[in-house]
Order: sequence, then C-alpha cells, then structure tokens
Amino acid sequence: MTDTIRALLTSRSVWIALVVLTVLSTLPWVASAYILGVLTIAYYFGVFAMSWDLLFGFANEVNFGPTFLIGSGAYAAGLLNAHGVPMWVCLIAGGAAALLGGVVLAVPALRLTGPYFGLTTLVAVLLLQQFIIIFASSTGGEIGLTMNDILSTEAITNYWYALGFMTVCGAVLFTLSRSPVGLILQASGQDRIGASALGFNVVKHKLAAFCISAVFSGLAGAMMVFYLGTASVGTVVDVSVGAQVIIAAVLGGRRTIVGAAIGSIFLILAGEALRPLGQLSTFVVSGVALLVILFFVDGLMGLLLRRREEP
Amino acid sequence: MADPLHAPAPAAGARVPLLDVQGLTKRFGGLVAAKDITFQIRAGEILGLIGPNGSGKSTVMQVIMGLHRPNAGAVRVVGVDVAGWPPHRIARQGVGIVFQHSRPLHRQTVLENIMLGLLPDKLLKLVANRHVREKARQIAERVGLGAVLNRKPSTLAFADLRRMELAKAIARDPQVVLVDEPFAGLTSGEVHAFAQLIADFRADGRAVLLVDHNVKSIASLADRVFAMYLGERIAEGTAEEVTRDRTVRRVYLGGGIDIVSRPTRPARNAPLLQVEDVSVLYGKAQALERVSIHVDQGECVAVVGLNGAGKTTLFNAISGLVPYSGRIGWDNSDLRGRSPAAIARGGVVQCPETRELFGEMSVRENLDLAGQHLTEAQAAEQLEWLYDLFPRLRDRERQTARTMSGGEQQMLAIARSLMMRPKLLILDEPTLGLAPVILEQISNALEQLRNTTSITVLLGEQNVTFALPHADRIYVMEHARIVWEGEPSAFAAEVAATYL
Repeated sequence: MTDTIRALLTSRSVWIALVVLTVLSTLPWVASAYILGVLTIAYYFGVFAMSWDLLFGFANEVNFGPTFLIGSGAYAAGLLNAHGVPMWVCLIAGGAAALLGGVVLAVPALRLTGPYFGLTTLVAVLLLQQFIIIFASSTGGEIGLTMNDILSTEAITNYWYALGFMTVCGAVLFTLSRSPVGLILQASGQDRIGASALGFNVVKHKLAAFCISAVFSGLAGAMMVFYLGTASVGTVVDVSVGAQVIIAAVLGGRRTIVGAAIGSIFLILAGEALRPLGQLSTFVVSGVALLVILFFVDGLMGLLLRRREEP
Repeated sequence: MADPLHAPAPAAGARVPLLDVQGLTKRFGGLVAAKDITFQIRAGEILGLIGPNGSGKSTVMQVIMGLHRPNAGAVRVVGVDVAGWPPHRIARQGVGIVFQHSRPLHRQTVLENIMLGLLPDKLLKLVANRHVREKARQIAERVGLGAVLNRKPSTLAFADLRRMELAKAIARDPQVVLVDEPFAGLTSGEVHAFAQLIADFRADGRAVLLVDHNVKSIASLADRVFAMYLGERIAEGTAEEVTRDRTVRRVYLGGGIDIVSRPTRPARNAPLLQVEDVSVLYGKAQALERVSIHVDQGECVAVVGLNGAGKTTLFNAISGLVPYSGRIGWDNSDLRGRSPAAIARGGVVQCPETRELFGEMSVRENLDLAGQHLTEAQAAEQLEWLYDLFPRLRDRERQTARTMSGGEQQMLAIARSLMMRPKLLILDEPTLGLAPVILEQISNALEQLRNTTSITVLLGEQNVTFALPHADRIYVMEHARIVWEGEPSAFAAEVAATYL
C-alpha cells in the first residue's frame, strides 16, 4: 500500500495534474461565463479521452468508436429522462447502458486480432447512429432529444460539476493504470504471447479495460447531455466527435491518462480561440494536431515528462 | 565428468516425467511442421531440442506452451494433459518460457517487470502484496540483476535483458522451463554465466527444454539431445551420440565431404565486393562482429556456417537492409547511404533464404516483375535463357507461385534474381529443406552459371557438401565472426572436424 502511495507522490504526472487542477479551480473567479462554458465541455471531453487512453495506451486496442460508448450512455440517460425518470437514476443508467453495449461489442470483437477490433468499433458507431435516426419518433432523430432536467442553469455550478467529475474519473483511471492490474493490462497490450505465457488471461484483462472505459465514457456522455440540455447525434454520436476524442488523447500523450485530459482542454480551447477564422479554425487545429502526432509521438505529456523520467 | 555444468541429476527414480510429449503432430495447412514427436523430461534433467531452420523445433516448443493447438498427441505437464489449453492455463499448470527476444515494458523498472511475473491473474488486484516486491528482488539477485533493479530496460545491456527474461520465466516457480536459443547474441563470457543459471534450474529439480539450431552450443549443458529435421525426429541420445549420428551429419553437412579441385583461376581479379570490419547489432545483440570478406570479379565465394552464425545478417548488410558499422565497397564505390533498391539496381542482387516470392502471382508474373528495368527485347531474351536454365519453370509458367513445391519455388527465386541481370548474385541457403533430387538440379544450374556467364556468386550455406564443389574460396562463420578462410581443398583437413 505504502509503495503505491509513494509511487503516486513521486510521479511527475500527478504533480502536473495537480498544478493544472489548481489553475483550473481559480478560473470561476476570473474567467467569463463563456470561457467557463467552453471549459465545461472540454472537461467532459477529457473524460472521454482518458477512457479512450485506457484502451489505446494500456490495452493497446484502437477503439475507433468511442462515441458508441458515449452515445449509448447519453441516449440511454436522455430517453429515460424523457419518460420522467429522475436525473441521478438516468446517470447511473447511462453508465450501465454503455457497459452493456460495450460488452456486447467487445466480447466478440476482442477475439479478433489486428485492425479488425478497431473496424468493428467503427461499424458500431454507424449502427448506433442509424438506430437513432430510424427510431426518430422516440429518439428525436437528427434534431435531437430535449432533456426534462438539466444539471444547473448556473455556468459556475456547471463548471464545478464538470471539473469535479473529470478529477474523480481521472484519479480513478490514473490509479488503476499504475496499479498491478494496470501492469498486467500493459503487458497484455504490448505482448499478448508474453503475457499469456506468464499466466495472464489476456482477453479477460482487455475486456475488463473495455468495460471500465465504457462505464466512464457512458457516464460522461450522460453528464454532458444533462449539461447541454439536449442529446443529439452531432454532439455525442457522430464519427467526427469520436475523431476529436482520439486526437485529444494522442495529442496529450499516449499511456499517460493525465495527458488525455490536457489534450482535450487544449484542443477545445484552441478550437474556440481560432473561431474567428471560421471554417478555417477546424483546419488549423487539425493541422496542428497532425504535426504533433507526426513529430512528437509522445504528445504534450511526453514533452513534459521526457527530461526527468527518461535518463 | 569434471565439468561443473554436468553435475549429476538428482535421482529421478520412477517419478512421473515433469514434461511428457506423446505423438505430437502439428500441421499448418499442407505443411507438417511436427510429426509424431515423443519425448519426456524428468525433474532435474535438461533436454536439448535441435534442428536447422524449418525443422519444426520451434513449433514443438510453441505447442507445448499452447501458442498453437496440436493436431494430434498429448502434452502432459506433471501428469496432466494440457494439449489444446490456452497458454495462460498452461503457464499456471507449471510451464515457463524464456523467449529469444525480450519485449519488456519500457516505462517500468526491471523490478516492476519481474514483479509482473509474480502477480496473480486477478482483476481486483489494485495493490500488490508486500512480499511480491521482496520476492521479485530475490529473483533478480539470483539471476544477477541486483545492481540494476531500478533501471529501465532500455538502459540495460543485452545480456541483462536476457537475464530479466529468465527472471520473469522462473517467477512463477515453473516445473518445466522452455528456453529458446539460450545463448543467441551473447558473448562467450556471458554464455558461461548463462549456462550456470540454466544449470541451476536443473539443480532446482526443474525439467528444462533448450531449443537451439545445433548441438555444439548446448552440448556442455544438455543431458540428452533430441534432433529434428523437416518435422521429424532424426536422432536422440547424448550430445556426443547425436553429433556422430549419420543422419544428423547428413542434415547439417550434407553427407561425406567431397574435395573437388576447381580449375585454377587466373591471377586474382580486382575485388568486386569488399566488406571491411562490418558489425551489426540487433537491438543490443551482436549479430555480426567485425566481419571482413572480399569477393573478386567472376569468383564464387561460399560463406558456410550453422544457422544463426550471422550469414543472413552479412548478406542483409550488403544489400542495405540492416544498418551496420564498417565499410562495404562495391566496384570502386561505397554502398553506404544507398537504398536497398538502388543497391539491387546497381547489380547486387540477393536471393533470400525466405525466397520472398509473390505467392499469389504466377511464375511468369514473378519473373516479369524482376525484369521491369530491362527493355522488352532484353527481358524476352533473359526469360528464354532462364527457362533453358530451369526447364521446370517453363512448364509451370502459369502456375501460382504459392502452389509450387519447395524446390520449384527455390528455382523461381533464383531465376527471379537472375532476371535482374546481377553482377553479383547473393544466394542465401538455396538448399534449405530441399530433397536431394532438387539439390542436384540447383547444383547443375549453378555449374552452368559458372561456365557460361561472368556472374560473380556469393553463396551462404549450412550444407558444406553443397557449397564446397561450387566455391573457389570458403569463409567459415561462427558466432557472428569469420573464423576461417581458405580453399575448399583445405576445408576437410582444417575445419571439418570442429564445424558441427
């Protein structure tokens, strides 16, 4: 136990995260409601990206469809709320729905090797999207679904909800990644044969990682629609949303968890800062992300961690 | 015996063998990789499983570990048949494996990498028990890693990485330990230390299976040796008995050694290829150590050596496929900095051991592809000449390469290399796993090349009998270095005895 605590305290990632969190917690006193709103979205994206990094960075499986899990959570919560179910039940149901969807998807998909797992997850997103559009009478189709409840009308309250949520999720995912099961998961991801020769059931560990990733994604998706007040394909299901999650995680630094959240905040803030460029802003942000991925494969956290942790 | 590595095994008595392989057969499609293999290893015993590349020895090891499912036969570990089980269950039944290549977790320390082997396969293990760290430390000290516990694997020397693999493999205290090429890439001093570690496994009462190319490297360690060739058992006994076995000698050396004196060549030609002090590292393993050879215009030079000696690495360095230190001169220029494609177009064409044919293309398409740099008339002429050299290929012109026999594929691979009109043809193990009748045809084609063309040939062979009659000069490679150079006529007297 003490070893784990000591490892956490000596980890540079933890200190970077604490510094960033301290800065972020002062913002409600200095930043405008508009900036707080942008960051609120960024924090939910941070949870999406951290969940995704658990799969990509640790289990070494590329989930091309993070929005399958996010969307399942968001729509499950939204549909229940539309039928008058209380918000906190809907949130739990969102996490559970994503878990269920994730298991149904991952159990057959994890038996496949190579790029096929990724392709399966991509197809799953398209299926979910079509499902929502076909059953437009209850899901709101392409227009979206309006919630009965919302988290809060106050920008500052929403900001604290999102920041707290991201911090808790991040702490859980980070601790998990540094624990013995995280070690086994990394071994399973990096060397399937080697890990199984050491007696580890690789499929079991990867499936567990997928389930954890699904619960956090679904829960974050549900939180986000209760913040926005609507659930729509364009915000929680579309493939381009998934692409943004992936870019954020890779940009922030693979296999760091903390980096995924920082990458999300950076990506969403950059998108907003460049909004005056109009259509060009997406282009510029994508271009920068591409350059970082091509030339700094370890991402932003990689740059911060390099000096001390790699002698 | 005075050899400390050969301490007598603890009395195994009538106990059940720890590993009992019975009638193991594994097929990959039409290829029988292992056929009816049967052996036992008792507690405190080391069995060497040897065979050249493609003999099926690695397949047998992988089937024991559960990486492949056998088509027939039983694998009993301490009396329990584990054939067909997934690897993680076989590991828990008591089998550990030391892979040839280590794939450590790079962000974790050496100690953490070893701890991995000690963790239970549980999902709710968020905190490691205190004794896990302590036990990992003990194991690390036992294999000689005590001083580097907190370093990252990327900063370790190659031998220490291998030690770490050993440590991981024994972390779970397996009854049966499989070791793949125990000494590959190690210096002679390190070999001794590793042999001692493996001898310790025996002293612990484990059953140890060493998988290697040849008897020589494991002779001092193995209590018994089991030799395979083309998926079948060819010999079994002490290292000495196996080395003397006629079938084994035929497989490795190709029967009795003929001394054919070649027509003497005129005064030395200018060197066409000049390899000077070339070294190659694979990661941290020394694959080639300061090798110098030269090949003169019109000469046929053979580099002989057992699998794993470094022949293919040498050829790949010449072809620009692996980075090297040293200098490779070609035709009064330097090959450094040129791409593999430029080197091949410049006249250095390699026919690789693995053939690398385009399996889904026909014979004709494979040849046409190699003739892309020629004019149509040249290509037609070259094709005609090749079909005369290998008449079998003319008959098979429309056949898909993948569906041809091994011998036919080898002919096609050679023909495809010749289609590029090389000045220097590098032939890597052209006889690997081929039947004698095919060997003769390839031998005839080589003879014809010598007599009718000016192509210079660099031949890599394990089969000395095949190489000697064709070569003007011989180099012998052993453990990444050239250990002998001379005329074929001197080979039998000077090196044949120590070759195996």
